[in-house]
Amino acid sequence: MIEINNGLYQSADFRLAINVAIPAHGITAVLGPSGAGKSTLLNIIAGFEEMQQGEVKFNGKSVDGLSPHQRPLTAVFQDNNSFAHLSAWKNVALGIRPSLRLTQIEMEAVDSALSRVGLLALKDRLPGDMSGGERQRIGLARALVRRQPILLLDEAFAALGPALRRSLLALTRDLQQEQQLTVLMVTHQPEDAKLVADQVVFIDGGVVRPPQKTVAFFKAPDEAVARYLGEVT
Amino acid sequence: MIWRRYCPYLALALVAVAVGCGVLPLLWFSINQGGRPNLDAYVWRIIGFTLLQAGLSTAFSLLLAVPVARALARRQWPGLQVVRLLFAVPLSLPVIVALLGITTIFGANGLLGGVFSIYGLPGILLAHVFFNLPLATRLLADGLAGIQPENHRLAAQLNFDDWQVWRHVDWPALAPLLPRVAALIFLLCSASFVIVLTLGGASAITLEVAIFHALRMDFDMSRALTLCVVQVALSGLLVWSAGKLAFASPLLPSVGQSMMRFDGNSGASILADASFLCVAGLIVLPPLAAVLFAGTGHLQFSALLFQALATSCTLGLASSFIAMLLAWPLSQLQFQGGWVGLTAQFCGIAGLIVPPAVLATGWFLLTFKLSGGIWLAGLLVVALNALMALPFVMTVLAPAVAQNKNLNDRLCFSLGIEGWSRFCTIDFPALRSTIGQALLMAFVLSLGDLTALTLLGNGGIVTMPSLISQQMGNYRGATAGGTAMLLACLCLGLTTLAHRLGRRR
Repeated sequence: MIEINNGLYQSADFRLAINVAIPAHGITAVLGPSGAGKSTLLNIIAGFEEMQQGEVKFNGKSVDGLSPHQRPLTAVFQDNNSFAHLSAWKNVALGIRPSLRLTQIEMEAVDSALSRVGLLALKDRLPGDMSGGERQRIGLARALVRRQPILLLDEAFAALGPALRRSLLALTRDLQQEQQLTVLMVTHQPEDAKLVADQVVFIDGGVVRPPQKTVAFFKAPDEAVARYLGEVT
Repeated sequence: MIWRRYCPYLALALVAVAVGCGVLPLLWFSINQGGRPNLDAYVWRIIGFTLLQAGLSTAFSLLLAVPVARALARRQWPGLQVVRLLFAVPLSLPVIVALLGITTIFGANGLLGGVFSIYGLPGILLAHVFFNLPLATRLLADGLAGIQPENHRLAAQLNFDDWQVWRHVDWPALAPLLPRVAALIFLLCSASFVIVLTLGGASAITLEVAIFHALRMDFDMSRALTLCVVQVALSGLLVWSAGKLAFASPLLPSVGQSMMRFDGNSGASILADASFLCVAGLIVLPPLAAVLFAGTGHLQFSALLFQALATSCTLGLASSFIAMLLAWPLSQLQFQGGWVGLTAQFCGIAGLIVPPAVLATGWFLLTFKLSGGIWLAGLLVVALNALMALPFVMTVLAPAVAQNKNLNDRLCFSLGIEGWSRFCTIDFPALRSTIGQALLMAFVLSLGDLTALTLLGNGGIVTMPSLISQQMGNYRGATAGGTAMLLACLCLGLTTLAHRLGRRR
């Protein structure tokens, strides 16, 4: 479980109050209007940003003060998930060891992860020679080899077309179930949440709301959610 | 309608005529005298020294700029913002003012006088590094600031050590930039005139200064022609190598805004960053402090000072407006493609490729029989300054003009908005900050320039830089310090204003 109690993040005139407990082993979608603080929430959990108040806990243990690599998670961003000068294989291998000096078993693990996301045939290609969807698969493959229990997706599939987005969401769902991951997924598309999320965290007016079951969230939206979904003018 | 259509070509023709009037009389005069390019031992020695000093200046500047840019990019120490601002100061400082600061510290009677001779190669290198270390630092820091935040986040998440961050994050951002920054600095150092003329002495002579000597002292047209051909070839090659690097950058007063990074937390990294910043600070800051201290309390508001200030401002205003009037149509033509676009691009950077000494001499040969006196000299100085400022103005203006065209052309064509009414209602309101910024940059360049006046002045024109030079030559160091401080403050103030206009854009 990911918990943030009495959290407060402030930067210039932006303010985000966070009181949230995200259950383990499921997919949680983070929804909200542009600029609400969805990515900020993920950055705080990942250790890229610090709150002025409150603490982040993973399974009851505080991770405050831990640097990003010490936290039990992997983040996949919307862009720039790979280093342009390294092949797909090396980009994934970095997830095991940054020095890229891998044992035979580790090399096989990289091949296996690439195979799982459908990139084994393209393993020697540079990211610049791959499509947007293929580049995002590198991020997912690296998440696989890192074997961390939490996966953060920061609009990871936002730049892709509908069909490709659906296929990567399905892949995410499969990986989550295979490895019993806790996935926190920021998205602009309510359809993504409907498709794969078990629950939804909604952010609006500087407040992170507690998670709600996806079906309930969409079935009986309150005024703010309805406005966000375009159901109220 | 015809006027509107052909107006941009008029600017093209004007620049081409100005360059032609510089090169052709020299060529004609040389051929008429039976001279032809002759690569003798003297010329080879000059070429060798030009390449040596430019190469060493570039190497020293870059070797220090890389770690300094990295330190500025990854540290958020208190006071570092002040260091960043101070590092931007040399970029807008007139050469003569910087030379005063350098000689005050390292000259024979300076605070560190006697450590090494300021005259000859060491002095030239020091002055070039003083100017180009901040320039290189700024350009490289811009490159580091352009790294996507996700790359640093990824590096942090994957537990990269400092070496791995350098190898996988910083170096890929800097590698494509370094050759172009090196070419730019090499170009500026190989074409450096006032620094070499002042600090070079009799033996340390570069192509630019040798052309000046051959034309204005020895009147050896054949040698001048040889030197000119070499200089134009060298500059052309370097400008081509520097590619599309923003030449405007030298005047923008900020060095690398820091971004969120997670590396460099070990004691060794902190010590290394602090050491590099200290070394760079020791090169850049003492001459600046010297100008400040030398000037404080010594500013004498004489009639001559006011006259020099008024003359500088008048010449600066005239040349910056001419540069702008040329840059606007050239910016429009530059994106046409084909030979017109290429010619417009060449005309835009002609002031960097063709040595000012060549232009000045050609113009001098054409006009020395005319009885224009001080007015003619002033006009030529304005024209040369405008040509030298043109590349910098173009670099600011052309991308903004292109962006504005992309945004507004279709709508304007569909609504039938064109010509003067389009300029007043669409283009000028959209680009006024850019125009203001470019004008101010050209004005600052002209205000601090001594090259054009040295080449074309007839002694009757006194500008702020020439006044400082005179006062230094007359051993009136304190008075020169006061004048230099006033000029430096003026240039820095205007540059800051230009930067603000750029940010508003």
